[in-house]
Amino acid sequence: MTRCSQDDRNALAAYLDGELAADQERPLQEHLRSCPDCAAEVAAMVSLRRAMKPAASRFTPTAEFRRRVQSQISVKRSFGSRWIWPAAVVALAAMVLIAVWSGESAVRSQTFREVADLHVSDLASANPYDVVSSDRHTVKPWFQGRIPFAFNLPEFAGSEYTLLGGRLVYLHQQPAAQVVVGAGRHKVSVLITQENSSLAPASPFSGGVAVRDSFNVETWQKNGLRFYVIGDAEKAVIHRLAQALQSVNG
Amino acid sequence: MERAFFDQLAMPLFDQLYNHACWLTGDRADAEDLVQETYAKALKGFGSFAEGTNFRAWMFRILRNAFLNSRSGLKQKTGYLEAEEAGADEALAHEVTPEMLFLRSESQDAIFSALESLTVAHREIILLCDVDEMSYREIAEVLDVQPGTVMSRLSRARAMLRAALAASHKEAVK
Repeated sequence: MTRCSQDDRNALAAYLDGELAADQERPLQEHLRSCPDCAAEVAAMVSLRRAMKPAASRFTPTAEFRRRVQSQISVKRSFGSRWIWPAAVVALAAMVLIAVWSGESAVRSQTFREVADLHVSDLASANPYDVVSSDRHTVKPWFQGRIPFAFNLPEFAGSEYTLLGGRLVYLHQQPAAQVVVGAGRHKVSVLITQENSSLAPASPFSGGVAVRDSFNVETWQKNGLRFYVIGDAEKAVIHRLAQALQSVNG
Repeated sequence: MERAFFDQLAMPLFDQLYNHACWLTGDRADAEDLVQETYAKALKGFGSFAEGTNFRAWMFRILRNAFLNSRSGLKQKTGYLEAEEAGADEALAHEVTPEMLFLRSESQDAIFSALESLTVAHREIILLCDVDEMSYREIAEVLDVQPGTVMSRLSRARAMLRAALAASHKEAVK
């Protein structure tokens, strides 16, 4: 390719948008190595795109407006004095729980490190998956006989997520299923293992999405299984995926 | 129960929808009206929302339809359709060298005013893709068009953004 056309510029844009078909990516990458014009174009597109990121938070709603919309959609509650005592009991219980949880933080951060390492090693790997498929009916059965438990995956077709594949990993020396899901340009790992009561006495960093080492992570325990959803996608993306998983593993 | 579920799904999108509404309307009061209307309509129609489909795209689509039917949206509507046909300034886009793009990328003001100078149709698709990081499929759902249309409209919008940056570059050099 000597003179690059409009088509090529579109292909470059699709490539940066993560929308180029897999079989077209390699030829394009090879072309970029030999075409300084296109390489410069890609670099300029990347810098322009980076410069546009602040547009995402240029306008922030006021707290007052948020409250107004929130109250418009939330369930009506009457807050009488009879709520004060139960509220105090809940607050006290929360304080006790926080005290107990912080005592276990060493175990939790070790758990987190292992989960984060597994996620990162997947991102860095040239062959990240043992089973490559966007079909949950392929990925799920693949784990049968390889792990001593069963789990369900939600339908990803038509959602904001794409199933990329899965692999067998070890967490706390126990077999675990790692399912990798694409969300926009981010990869998110779902790790599923049997709950090990001796290693993880309380649910680690539980209660919605937590931030660790710039990863967002959400975890929960259900029917003897422990789930982790981790990635650098934004919190809401992680949370929605966690909810989708919870709804099929009830 | 349904309200609680809706709350859980919809409130995390609040900042994103508000920011998008401001970019569309160019006015904070209009944006607040739009977001409020979006949440009211979405809550009302939540029963018809098919689980398993993309909730974020659904919310953005409601916001967009509300915008097109609003006062500020109606003013834009004609421009909205014309934008599909116009291509006059695209020649300018081809003058933009990567070096010039690099240079303009350093100026936040130049980027923002270039975005503001675009037609709503072009501004919105660039925001959905580059700022809200939606996939082409999601964008197609928001705009209610074929995925192929997303690609061509996006390419035109980006060409117009380049043209606007080139114009501001010429101004700056003068």
